[in-house]
Amino acid sequence: MTIFEFLFPPGSFDIFLNIIIILIKIAVVIGVVMLHVAYATYFERKVIGRMQVRMGPMEVGPHGLLQPIADMLKLFFKEDIIPEKADKTVFYIAPLISLMAALSSLAVIPFYEGFVVANINVGLLFILAMSSLGSYGIILSGWASNSKYAFLGGLRSSAQVISYEIAMGLSLVGVMMMAGSMNLSEIVKAQAEYPAGIYAIPQILGFFVFVVAAIAETNRAPFDLPEAESELVAGYFVEYSGMRFALFYAAEYIGMIIMGCLAAACFLGGWTVPKYILAILPFLKYVPGIVWFVMKVYFVIFFYYWIRATLPRYRYDQLMAIGWKLLIPLALANILFTGVIKIMVE
Amino acid sequence: MPGTYLPSNYLPVFIFLVVAIAFGLGALLIGAIFRIRRPYKEKLMPYESGIDPVGEPRVRFSIRFYIIAMLFVVFDVEAIFLYPWAVVFDKIGLYAFVEMVIFIFILLVGYLYAWKKEAFTWE
Repeated sequence: MTIFEFLFPPGSFDIFLNIIIILIKIAVVIGVVMLHVAYATYFERKVIGRMQVRMGPMEVGPHGLLQPIADMLKLFFKEDIIPEKADKTVFYIAPLISLMAALSSLAVIPFYEGFVVANINVGLLFILAMSSLGSYGIILSGWASNSKYAFLGGLRSSAQVISYEIAMGLSLVGVMMMAGSMNLSEIVKAQAEYPAGIYAIPQILGFFVFVVAAIAETNRAPFDLPEAESELVAGYFVEYSGMRFALFYAAEYIGMIIMGCLAAACFLGGWTVPKYILAILPFLKYVPGIVWFVMKVYFVIFFYYWIRATLPRYRYDQLMAIGWKLLIPLALANILFTGVIKIMVE
Repeated sequence: MPGTYLPSNYLPVFIFLVVAIAFGLGALLIGAIFRIRRPYKEKLMPYESGIDPVGEPRVRFSIRFYIIAMLFVVFDVEAIFLYPWAVVFDKIGLYAFVEMVIFIFILLVGYLYAWKKEAFTWE
């Protein structure tokens, strides 16, 4: 046996090829999503600008279209300030944890039929696990900054994220019961078979809980207490600047896109269109699945912006009361209803 | 063949984790070449609305955060128990449903106790 055979046993070429294909898929997903993240910021500023009767960004490029690129370049060249009293190691790692947790959730999202980086059985569980891991980034950055604002922001944020995590986890149980799977592709396929076409109709209660919990999970208005500009400046990442700040910012927007993808896949039918709509408008079946998926995701993201422009921020006691006293009982009731109806139908 | 075994479903997840970390690190390291670095004492102070920081930054905080953390563990474990049950719900039928109702009921008693003790009330 030569060294070459020892290092590359028969069949290892297949593995190698497999890994290359996976890497290409991952590169495509990360590239496309990061581009969407950049333009989600532009979209947000435009939408909120219009809602407040302003123009939004207009200066850089036609209609301000190059604004995200200018922002990115600016953050890239900015000085990376590390406060003297900060716990350096933790301060370095925290944004990486946030970004890693947010990005890797993308591995299990089915963007269209057959395109998913990792087709694992526990896709939903993986996403929930990753969003829990993301809260480590928050609390560690708040702790490591050694600043009062960051500390308070980190504490508030982690308590908020774990509170709404429960409501979110419970709201998805109804979907799992109806689809009989935790694999997101299977859930989408089960929805296509279902008469209503989307689970948002039978699971309306679960959908409501999910949407509210998703807004709170991503620390968006009206639940943006951790970063409440007018009282905590920027919350847990107040001491971060330049590229590290950009990583947190990117993680937040990736989180929003993930929640949009989850809502689209679990409640809005993913890449499919309900059959009854196809029966009325048969030409819609020529529209590729990815277009439907992206449209649904952007609908959810637009909804986020709409809420941000409409509602004032909640107080912290209200926030906790909504999470624990309203959403969790609602989610449990939803599970019981779903169970009773499923048993009765059988 | 044992040599060609590939946990093909989970391998992409692992590779994705590695690529995600590499992506973040890469952005930071490449940026480090270009960006300026001119620290001075005031710049490196913790931010406190422009005045010199007063006292310790790690202030004492409300005990309620601990209660929330403990309640989170209880309810998250409950949710995790519900997942496998929900996935096979179609196959196991009424018996398992009744069992799960009893399970949720027991937790509900604890939940109502926590509510009564004002664990969810902040002032």
